[in-house]
Amino acid sequence: MSMLEINDIHVFYGAIHAIKGVSFEVHEHEIVTLIGANGAGKSTILNTIAGLLKPRSGQILFEGKNINSVPANKMVGLGMALCPEGRRIFQQMTVRENLEMGGYSRPAAEIAPSVEDVFRRFPRLKEREKQIAGTLSGGEQQMLAMARALMSKPKLMMLDEPSMGLAPLLVEQIFDIIRELHAAGTTILLVEQNAQMALSVADRAYVLETGTISMSGEAKALLEDDNVRKAYLGS
Amino acid sequence: MVFLSNLVNGISLGSIYAVIALGYTMVYGIAKMLNFAHGDVIMVGAYVAFCAMQYWGFPPLLALLAAMAVCTVLGITIESLAYRPLRQAASLAVLITAIGMSYLLQNLALLIWGANPKSFPSGALALPTLNLFGGRLTISGVTLLSILANLAIMLALTTFISRTKMGKAMRCVSEDRGAAELMGINVNLTISVTFAIGSALAAVAGVLLCSAYPVLMPTTGSMPGIKAFTAAVFGGIGSIPGAMIGGILLGVIEILGKAYISTELGDAIVFAVLIIVLLFRPTGLLGKPIREKV
Repeated sequence: MSMLEINDIHVFYGAIHAIKGVSFEVHEHEIVTLIGANGAGKSTILNTIAGLLKPRSGQILFEGKNINSVPANKMVGLGMALCPEGRRIFQQMTVRENLEMGGYSRPAAEIAPSVEDVFRRFPRLKEREKQIAGTLSGGEQQMLAMARALMSKPKLMMLDEPSMGLAPLLVEQIFDIIRELHAAGTTILLVEQNAQMALSVADRAYVLETGTISMSGEAKALLEDDNVRKAYLGS
Repeated sequence: MVFLSNLVNGISLGSIYAVIALGYTMVYGIAKMLNFAHGDVIMVGAYVAFCAMQYWGFPPLLALLAAMAVCTVLGITIESLAYRPLRQAASLAVLITAIGMSYLLQNLALLIWGANPKSFPSGALALPTLNLFGGRLTISGVTLLSILANLAIMLALTTFISRTKMGKAMRCVSEDRGAAELMGINVNLTISVTFAIGSALAAVAGVLLCSAYPVLMPTTGSMPGIKAFTAAVFGGIGSIPGAMIGGILLGVIEILGKAYISTELGDAIVFAVLIIVLLFRPTGLLGKPIREKV
């Protein structure tokens, strides 16, 4: 069964037609990636699924239920979390407070144990528990953003450019974490400009070009595809 | 001793400014708008307390609670009717709406209570006067109450913001509204609560203000409102301790300026100091410099 099904959505920014009839689906326990150049509409799609933007037409089904009119702040309760582009952690709060905010939709009693779970997965954050989040390094901030999204125990985790601005070693580390999350049973929808890394971790992929899907298939097949290699892998 | 007396009076007046400034600063920090109708909510609070004591025979404390209740409802109503529909609009549109709301409240007050000044029952709070140094320094009960109320409100607000779930949600909304929504925070509700708290504080300020300066008119709130806004900017708008420090400094500068420089120029001195501070520290005394980390 598909966990997430997008049917022919159109999204506008004012008069600008940003997403022009995109359809795709994400099955349970998959890693699906959306790749494409800057401005292709990848983040717009994730923000629309998360409810921050509303599609003008088309349907978004989460676990079979139409969530078009669900407000953004109710999405997390349905079981989806978005780790947004640019991390958007709460810079003036401590690491621990950021994590607690990630568990905002859950009962108070479950939050402290969940923070401990998250610290086991990200020992680096445990060391920085009381530090103000804005003072963390870029890699640590990305880990915090992912950890914060995990605090809601999502069934579907959406990651928007998690490797952006990070050194190659850290990029490897972030993708290792994505593999671990997947192995632990989380379904993942990943948006990346780093197509090489994204395709190597994903099961299936969609290529987005100026608001439409131009290609889709098994990630491994796309990794071998000549057009994809030329356009997105630089070879 | 005269200086000390002036200083205490300055701190007291400044405390009232601080309580008003807290409302400005919280709304600015969380809803990212300047609510220029805030000063007029003070006036409404004072009128409600006046009516409660004068016509309905409420004891002062009950009158204060009634004023807080009315202002809370008023604040939530103003936000949901006038400001919420403009959440996505340009900030100038919201600013102009706020100014319009200010005039609306003043003119409604004119319609309901008339243009004649009402004399606020100054002895209503019936507080004892404090005599120090063998009677050479007298501090009125209202003066003392203003200072204590300000301290208590500061402490309560700081605890609320740092400890409670709603307080933390407010900090999230203040930093990044979209990210706050992703956490599951209801942004509209959070902003409503912010207006409720700010307006309840405005009622407290209104009662304190009119207890100290007992002339009540439809325009009573506008000058203290502007000064408290100045205080909030002075301390660093968006910062709660900044509002308190800005408010107290402003009150002290105003009273000392009036006492030692010129009574007529008192307000001019206040605003001159604001201009000087902003020239050297554009974000105010405690305001955070805007820095982006990529």
